[in-house]
Amino acid sequence: MSYDATFRVWRGDATGGDLQTFTVEVNEGEVVLDVIHRLQASQAGDLAVRWNCKAGKCGSCSAEVNGRPRLLCMTRMSTFAETETVTITPLRAFPVIRDLVTDVSYNYVKAAQIPAFTPGPRDADGAHRMQQVDVERSQEFRKCIECWLCQDTCHVIRDHEENKAAFAGPRFLIRLAELDMHPLDVLDRREDAQDQFGLGYCNITKCCSEVCPEGIHLTDNGIIPLKERVADRRFDPLTWLGSRIGRRPRS
Amino acid sequence: MELERHEYDVVVVGAGGAGLRAAIEAHENGARTAVVCKSLLGKAHTVMAEGGIAAAMGNLWPEDDWRVHFRDTMRGGKMLNHWRMAQLHAQEAPDRVRELEDWGALFDRTPDGLISQRDFGGHRYARLAHVGDRTGLELIRTLQQRTVALGIDVYMECTVTRLLTGPVAGGGAGEEQGITGAFGYWRESGRFVAWQAPSVVLATGGIGKSYKVTSNSWEYTGDGHSLALQAGATLVNMEFVQFHPTGMIWPPSVRGILVTESVRGDGGVLRNSAGNRFMFDYIPDFFRKETAETEDEADRWYEDKKNNRRPPELLPRDEVARAINSEVKAGRGTPHGGVFLDIASRRSAEYIRKRLPSMYHQFKELAEVDITAEPMEVGPTCHYVMGGVEVEPDTAAARVPGLFAAGEVAGGMHGSNRLGGNSLSDLLVFGRRAGLAAAEHALKHTGGVALPEAALADAARAALEPFDREGGENPYTVQQDLQQTMHDLVGIIRTASEIERALERIAELRRRVADLSVEGHRQYNPGWHLALDLPHMLLVSECIARAALERQESRGGHTRDDFPATDAEWATTNLVCVLAPDGGVSLTRQPLPQMPPELAEIFEEVPG
Repeated sequence: MSYDATFRVWRGDATGGDLQTFTVEVNEGEVVLDVIHRLQASQAGDLAVRWNCKAGKCGSCSAEVNGRPRLLCMTRMSTFAETETVTITPLRAFPVIRDLVTDVSYNYVKAAQIPAFTPGPRDADGAHRMQQVDVERSQEFRKCIECWLCQDTCHVIRDHEENKAAFAGPRFLIRLAELDMHPLDVLDRREDAQDQFGLGYCNITKCCSEVCPEGIHLTDNGIIPLKERVADRRFDPLTWLGSRIGRRPRS
Repeated sequence: MELERHEYDVVVVGAGGAGLRAAIEAHENGARTAVVCKSLLGKAHTVMAEGGIAAAMGNLWPEDDWRVHFRDTMRGGKMLNHWRMAQLHAQEAPDRVRELEDWGALFDRTPDGLISQRDFGGHRYARLAHVGDRTGLELIRTLQQRTVALGIDVYMECTVTRLLTGPVAGGGAGEEQGITGAFGYWRESGRFVAWQAPSVVLATGGIGKSYKVTSNSWEYTGDGHSLALQAGATLVNMEFVQFHPTGMIWPPSVRGILVTESVRGDGGVLRNSAGNRFMFDYIPDFFRKETAETEDEADRWYEDKKNNRRPPELLPRDEVARAINSEVKAGRGTPHGGVFLDIASRRSAEYIRKRLPSMYHQFKELAEVDITAEPMEVGPTCHYVMGGVEVEPDTAAARVPGLFAAGEVAGGMHGSNRLGGNSLSDLLVFGRRAGLAAAEHALKHTGGVALPEAALADAARAALEPFDREGGENPYTVQQDLQQTMHDLVGIIRTASEIERALERIAELRRRVADLSVEGHRQYNPGWHLALDLPHMLLVSECIARAALERQESRGGHTRDDFPATDAEWATTNLVCVLAPDGGVSLTRQPLPQMPPELAEIFEEVPG
């Protein structure tokens, strides 16, 4: 049941690198991460790769397999022909640290900028009451394992480093949608979504939904409804009038 | 020596549930707090917890309260738990769950809009707050987002290799020896970093990576256990290692990956190759009064807990794991050497996909098995270590002043066997207590500690040794040999002769680790990182083996083929590991703390 596969793995660091070719054993049922681990143990002890759970739950082992953003632990070798060369490269949207490990700090910077969850008060008995149907909308987005594949594939930043300052990426647009739909949250982040996090940059090509290993419908269930809510606020004449009447001059 | 230096009041090592909860509490009590973690924030092992958080909230069964939870926990641990830890845990878990909602967590709901609770092994009532079967992800994301909102400093992909100790001034008691900080390296650059702090909270998780078949990730190398020992602290209950009864077994590359106990909690049953629900043949006397005798009674229990008893599939994990092991040994296993876990024939496909979405996805993607249509093949996998740093229950303080431990790295709470769902609640209850006590200790000793320069230089020298040796052995080979040794000789069923062989092999592995060499340079080098983890793994493995050899009885997560019964004298004895002056592990026997009469009464009042 085993065979020898040809792997091309990008090796290098911030100063440059190239694809190196390896011949490596593959056994029944294995995933790409198993093969990378075999390379580490037998041919390249210092090959850098992130991983943790090896079960598609933590979102650490993100990379590109034959050019497509994937979790290495959930990409089965049986999806390739035995004669096919498998090419593994680091996530393209982020700067390389070493080999398959990239600097994903952009995501942590954006996460810290999002105004925190702000709950309303508890009921008199100390509980929060919510209906299952109401929590499910936000629960879909809380399935996110922060693998950053959506960020990697999003064309707004994939080859446009200059957009990163103004655009938080699909992961954080659905975080905003999650908070907007959260039954307990009382903060309005719609202005921020548009002005600080670049909601308008997204032109809903749905690439993020396609690569999501959790099957989250980022665009249909998160980003589009958020865009509609922002549009409501911005273009509703009554909202506009209300915001004028209530506004006080800055002192 | 090039060294990045920082100063804090509290340094938390580990960013899983316990570490983040400790950091939040320390910060909110006015301590300058840092979290240091080996992976990126949000990837810690807590993320893999599936079933739920055990807390007697009584949302579905008003009869449930902390006393029943306390009783279940102690009985699950075969009464070897530290009673005070089990008491605090049962009393405080509901508040710890409720406050997660204030921080944004979204649990599944009851029809009344309260937090829903599910059945699990060893728990009398449906008690686990959950989000489908991805509760750990919800817990870690909630705590992560809270940590970020509070602006707590997080050192990601940074490994602590030494705890620093020295004279500590302040606190009114004159000068004493205690924690002064920690030393580590950035994984990304390989550069060294030191934190000066009077309090360190260990929240480093477990040890499973010393075993061949495990549900644990690469991070579980026992660092915290080993760091604590080396700093002069003690470890308790190290012989007790939990083998989760249901890990995946096929294909080989996924062997050990966890299959949540929720499958059984939600109605799944175990069958052997003849199709029999074999767990009915393995009901121990200790649990006979509270366990169903017939399949009909067991099936009725899910809806009517008053008039029926729990299915034997929901016995505590040690019992189920041993039973599976026996069935396979008796030749009644599946083609790949496990047993069948069947929910497909018992619940609708829609119910299964709704309650167990991750399991559905995991089997579909990794094993090409549709769990709504066919049974899973499962077998035991090394999952959790009950043993850990011996702590004072109320403060989570270790024997070294300034050192605290919470979560899996701490010992005592779970006795000889942990109930499912009691880990996430443990993280929250004792993470909070550790953070609070660490902040109080630190604020008494601010400015009273200094980094010991000689120890820093020694730590740096030790970390670079693997680069200085040429032609030595590859660390991956040594790790595989250790994993095979522990799997074969100190696994789920143990005997004296096998454990003695394991100790000989561990001594030999120690010589090999002293002669490792690694290729490449210091920047993000996994081979080097493993070379630095291996001494921890060996030290902890030695603790497990020595304690396992000493305890001549079977109890919970420690089964001796040569001493198959429980023993009354061992029922009141803990084994404690300390580091001997020669660097080896020495063991002492210590009486189990006795619970006060008002708690002992609970075992009389609460029906079986």
